[in-house]
Amino acid sequence: MSQAPLSLRLRLVLQLLGIAAVLAILLYFTVRTIAEQAAEATHDGVLGAATLAIAERLQGGDSGVGIDLPYEAFSILGSISADRVFYRIEAAGKTLTGYADLPLPPRTGASVAPVFYTAPYRDTQVRIAAVKRTVLVARVAVPVLVVVAQTQLGQDAIAQRVARRAALVGLGSFILAAVLSLLTTGSVLRPINRLAEAVGRRGPQDLRAVDHPTPAELRPLVSALNGFIARLRGALSRTETFIAEAAHHIRTPLATVRARAEIALRQAGSEDSRETLRAVIRAVEESSRSAGQLLDHATVVYRSDRLADEHVDLSALIARLVMAIEPIAELRDLTIMVAGVENKIVVRGDPPLIESAVRNLLDNAIKYSAQETQIDIGVEKKGKTARIELCDRGRGLAGQRQSRLTGRFQRGENSGDVVGSGLGLTIVEEVAAAHAGRFELTEREGGGTCARLFLPLV
Amino acid sequence: MRTIVLAIGLITCLLSPAAAFVVEEETLFPATGVETQILSVLSTTDTAILRPVILGFQARNSSVSVRYTVASSQEVYAAIHDEGIGYDLVISSAMDLQMKLANDGFAARYRSALTDSIPNWAHWQDRLFAFAQENVVLIVSRAGLNGLPVPQTRRDLIEMLRGHPEVFRGRIGTYDPKASGAGYLFATQDARQSESFWRLAEVMGGLSPRLYTSSNDMISDLKQGRLVLAYNVLGSYAGPRLADDPDAKVVELEDYTLTLLRTGLVPVNAAAPNLGGAFLDFMIGTQGRRLLRDDAGLPPTDEMALASGPYLRPMRLDPGLLVFLDRIKRKAFLDEWSSAFSQN
Amino acid sequence: MGIICTMRFLLVEDNLDLARSVVDRLRLDGHAVDCAGTLSDARDCLAAAPYDLILLDISLPDGDGRDFLRAERRLGRDTPIIVMTARAEVSDRVNVLDLGADDYVTKPFDFAELEARCRAVLRRRGAALQTVQHFAGLTFNPLNATLGVGNELRELRNRELRLLEILLAAPERIFSKDQICDRLFSYAESVTDNAIEVYIGRLRKKIEGSEARIETIRGIGYRLTSR
Repeated sequence: MSQAPLSLRLRLVLQLLGIAAVLAILLYFTVRTIAEQAAEATHDGVLGAATLAIAERLQGGDSGVGIDLPYEAFSILGSISADRVFYRIEAAGKTLTGYADLPLPPRTGASVAPVFYTAPYRDTQVRIAAVKRTVLVARVAVPVLVVVAQTQLGQDAIAQRVARRAALVGLGSFILAAVLSLLTTGSVLRPINRLAEAVGRRGPQDLRAVDHPTPAELRPLVSALNGFIARLRGALSRTETFIAEAAHHIRTPLATVRARAEIALRQAGSEDSRETLRAVIRAVEESSRSAGQLLDHATVVYRSDRLADEHVDLSALIARLVMAIEPIAELRDLTIMVAGVENKIVVRGDPPLIESAVRNLLDNAIKYSAQETQIDIGVEKKGKTARIELCDRGRGLAGQRQSRLTGRFQRGENSGDVVGSGLGLTIVEEVAAAHAGRFELTEREGGGTCARLFLPLV
Repeated sequence: MRTIVLAIGLITCLLSPAAAFVVEEETLFPATGVETQILSVLSTTDTAILRPVILGFQARNSSVSVRYTVASSQEVYAAIHDEGIGYDLVISSAMDLQMKLANDGFAARYRSALTDSIPNWAHWQDRLFAFAQENVVLIVSRAGLNGLPVPQTRRDLIEMLRGHPEVFRGRIGTYDPKASGAGYLFATQDARQSESFWRLAEVMGGLSPRLYTSSNDMISDLKQGRLVLAYNVLGSYAGPRLADDPDAKVVELEDYTLTLLRTGLVPVNAAAPNLGGAFLDFMIGTQGRRLLRDDAGLPPTDEMALASGPYLRPMRLDPGLLVFLDRIKRKAFLDEWSSAFSQN
Repeated sequence: MGIICTMRFLLVEDNLDLARSVVDRLRLDGHAVDCAGTLSDARDCLAAAPYDLILLDISLPDGDGRDFLRAERRLGRDTPIIVMTARAEVSDRVNVLDLGADDYVTKPFDFAELEARCRAVLRRRGAALQTVQHFAGLTFNPLNATLGVGNELRELRNRELRLLEILLAAPERIFSKDQICDRLFSYAESVTDNAIEVYIGRLRKKIEGSEARIETIRGIGYRLTSR
């Protein structure tokens, strides 16, 4: 429907270039016209002077019109340019000397001052000056017309030269204007770019007001932006408070239920009530786990749009996570073997997301491992990526495709009685995708599963 | 007798069917190889003079035959201007007539790397090109002067003529401007250059001068003692012929000495304009210049030579040359010349 | 029926129901627990007596548990603190660890996990608790999971340790298989009856050479007795 509006830069550049082009063309024609007029005036001046020089030498007399062509008059015509010269002197309608077919002025009103006109003559165009004098021949006034013509090669050459120069001047001024307009556009738009950069550089948590120095024109935008940020911050903080409150209000009673159930279980006698209490405890555990993973998943989705771009040392991250989860592993007599964390392996990414992914992998491994087995976790550099590998001796994939296991709320057919929401692997896969990485699940030789998460190195 | 009729018998050329003008001489230089092209040159320069240049050109272009036609400058002009005969190259020492041909549109444009390199004063547009520059000189016989000093300026000359009429009466030679195009050109250019020309004309007119239509004739008569001095003789002819004559002296007058430019043009209706241009290029080029200087005896155009002679006045190739071709102007000039010259 | 490894807890929790449940549950295992409903109560308790461990809730009527945590650490008091949080987000967990908490559990918590974490915390701290228990020639140290028989020191795996803890808490008393199962395995695990027999078998091997022995009371359960 509606096209995206032109970028400001393009708009400015195009308009400035348009103006520059119009000015350059105007300049071209102005320079050309003025120069051509000047050249024509100069040539006309010389032509007129030559014509007048001939006319002034006209003499009356008894025998006829006395004509004495001055050598210099013609010679000077050749001094400006090597042009061909024609002339005609006519008295009372009769050509006395010169080129009898040279065109006469269109209006016979030629006067003391030369009349200039252009006419075709022979194989070319000529510029003609005509002047009229009256001489007395045998006491009779005889009108004498002096016509001098010159080809316009010199003038044309000047015109061409001027046109070339004018074109160069036009082109030069256009190029200059283009460069200047680019610079101007750049400098006009620089504050906008700076502002965009300053806002764009912010991390996902940074909701401070923009206090970047901006020109007056941008202030309404910035204050609108700040207003929006403030509203967003308020909304987010209310949401966070709400979630915290909600979590508190749900999880605290759940904790009470669980504690009470455990106590009751200790003291219960009948097998029926024990079974009921176990079911209660399992239900509490399941709802708590689901709530946790739902929150984790929401976090992944929220942060994937605006990834923090930080250096994350996978070795340290894994060491910390393993330490935190070890007590739980111990409960099932599981041993976690860590390899490759002696050296820093740094990737670029969002620390909470990567941690979330690795923790979910560890959770899974602990949940599905057979008791008293070993879980191997390691990290190493593979070309331009870092590979986190986590292998357990659990129940394996049972031939299910990875895409099925990583789908939302999808659980393996062999997950059996293990508590889970089906979001764990989805989270891992989404974190991998958000970091331009890769996640794969394979059957482990000798039983169990290997999960590999590849993340691009710094 | 004021005129001396040329000794050469005039022949009408039957080889050129359209030619109704008077041809003095026509020579065919057959191609040295297999002939594929014919270059027709119409010229005022004697065949003998230009022969080495033509042969040099043919040595380079073995397939070209050259038909070289010699006529007087008036006839050359008439052949092109009035009769429109299709020559490929027109060579003439009559700068004014060549200029008029070019001005009136009978010369085609011709451009080559060589024509681009020639100085401004030696060409007009891309139509008329000078290839030789010849000084117009005074020649004297030391014996005839009878001990008088050789004049170095026109003032010297005028005073000497006035002071010793008995030495010079009937023994002065100069061109007849009425009969000779070259003579008319020299006289009009003289008249332009200096008022002293008219005084000289008057003085010479009072001493029963002999009038000629050719430099060669004046040189011959001087060598044979019939003339003591000849005014306005082409130096290019006088130099070689008088070089071994201890009696004769070639004088380049120091107040000014006219320099004539021998020019060539390619007519618009040339059958083989490129050949005409090629011959022009050859004459302007290094080899042609050497041949002109060493074998033809015509000094090639040379800016250095002009610079070294500050009194040299090369006639300008510009429309000013047209002025004295004007019918009325010509009549007026010749009338005045006659009245100055025939007061005896 | 107190447990051998008894600890003195301070529970800081404002929800009375939960607080009472936790207290009851911990006392069931023989621990001594004081309960504070507000931060100021907690400070009073701390001033009055030393504690082995503090269980700290985050949202309390008179302030944020994290502020309390920060203040304690700033004052240089290093009583181990495990935070009980209702929020499971990574940032919150990292946050409390950074503030100086030793560990955290997410409500609702498994008491077996809580106990494991407490043990891990105390082990890390190298706590000088009087935890070593003697019985019929056995020297049992639950913190570092060792069992001395004569001059020999034997390592116990986690479940062996917990099984011994259960039996040792009341020697001569008969524990049913169910009672043992509930405390040895997670409620989420399915366990077969002979799984317990495996651990009983192992533990019997570990106490060999002492006066102690584990009797099978057919159809009822097991008991620890001395020869």
